[in-house]
Amino acid sequence: MKELRNSVCIVGVDESDELGTLPHKSQLTLHLEAIRNAVRDAGLKIGDVDGIFTAGQHSPATIGEALGITPRYVDGTTVGGCSFIIMVGHALVALHHGLCDVAVVCHGESGRSGVGVSPRRDNALPGQFEAPYGFGGAPTYFGMITTRHMHEHGTTLEQWAEVAVSTREWARLNPKARNREPITIADVLKSRPVCYPFNLLNICLVTDAGGAVVLTRADRAKDCAKKPVYVRGAGEATEHVMVTQMGNLTFSEATRMSGAKAFSMARVAHKDFNHLMFYDAFTSGPPIMLESLGFCKPGDGVGFFGPGKSTPGGSLPINTNGGGLSYTHSGMYGIFPIIESVRQLRGECGARQVPGCSLSLVNGMGGMLSAAGTLVLANER
Amino acid sequence: MELERPLPVPTPEAKPYWDGLREHKLMLPRCRACRRAFFYPRVLCPFCHASDIEWFQASGRGRLYSFEIAYQTISKVFKVKPPYVLAMVELEEGPRLMSNLVGIEPDPKRIRCDMPVEVVFHKLTDEITLPLFQPAGGAA
Repeated sequence: MKELRNSVCIVGVDESDELGTLPHKSQLTLHLEAIRNAVRDAGLKIGDVDGIFTAGQHSPATIGEALGITPRYVDGTTVGGCSFIIMVGHALVALHHGLCDVAVVCHGESGRSGVGVSPRRDNALPGQFEAPYGFGGAPTYFGMITTRHMHEHGTTLEQWAEVAVSTREWARLNPKARNREPITIADVLKSRPVCYPFNLLNICLVTDAGGAVVLTRADRAKDCAKKPVYVRGAGEATEHVMVTQMGNLTFSEATRMSGAKAFSMARVAHKDFNHLMFYDAFTSGPPIMLESLGFCKPGDGVGFFGPGKSTPGGSLPINTNGGGLSYTHSGMYGIFPIIESVRQLRGECGARQVPGCSLSLVNGMGGMLSAAGTLVLANER
Repeated sequence: MELERPLPVPTPEAKPYWDGLREHKLMLPRCRACRRAFFYPRVLCPFCHASDIEWFQASGRGRLYSFEIAYQTISKVFKVKPPYVLAMVELEEGPRLMSNLVGIEPDPKRIRCDMPVEVVFHKLTDEITLPLFQPAGGAA
């Protein structure tokens, strides 16, 4: 693993031209815009891309065809929203071994408007064992994890609300964020009840958006347009799909494994990070991820959030783009925390820039803590 | 008549489960090698990976492992009027399954994790009966 550390860099990142409610754009358009913009950010040309890594409804072949290129390396690992985080690790290996030279990890989803969207996936198991009882949307699954966490660890609705408030504070500083009005814990608690334990402001947005990340080997990264961001470590794991099959409902084994692998490759410890990005589909997600990664003991993850800690100017900034909760969440959000992490490490974030950001963690889940990917990114070797 | 709930389409490996429910029996698969019950039904044991699977009738008792209360319609094909309780039940025999908790007011102050529950059978069609759960000893 040690020869992989720092061998590959992220050299380009960007979103689609617009994020939000975009009924005039298909999800293929969102996807292609993001790739074009990220490749341009890297100072490369689409013709330079020879590795395509994408998840969801578009296969890498669809994207290769649409771009008019013939990639010599493709990966379509689809294990939920963290697939893109996992694929940075896959691209790391492929680039390191010369199986491709310029890899693009990319995403486009018309999650809100449903333009150019294909029918749903295989439904044999949820259709028999979950749907007849009213399960379907993500809140009906992640709520189970959250209610049980409250029972076992005494976490409260007020503590989850603090995560929404902190994340909104960052969104206020991001011009691309969808929701930028300040909110309070009371606002979260009195927002519309959707599915206990979640009110509306505990749940991520649903938007139309694309995002892409371009990678190449460190030797070649020097010739790109911007300062390279090094992939120091990457890890992944999957545990289950249906929440009933999760071993411990309040601790993600997949998250633990992905973090252990990434930290070991990167040779970093928890205390080394000065910026954290988590996949926040629900307010309870990031605290449980902090616990599962070993930043604290189970039940204490909520203690990372609040003024002076996770917020602007705080000691350990978390979800500085405004997160899936307030910035954008197309469905498979995992590409976006990577983009933010790279921008912070480059120092491009303007009003929300974390001073001295040098080592950043990206951790995301797929499904309901079913799969996990962790990246350790740095702006120096 | 339009059904309130989406109708499950049984897969062949789950047939004994659905056949049992029709006769008001909660049947579970169990591994003959390691003796552990599991759910959902599949052709190999998720614990020891043996392929020698038998079916037995479960007690129908368990505890409410976790729950949610839906205040709005979340799944368009599910037409039970909210609020209703979404339940994850851990059966006495070990496996967990999703269901609804019925026979209790859908109020987070009244429902608690780990409360004992028991199965009740809810006929959907001549073919399909669902296992729902109520507080042990009858409706609260």
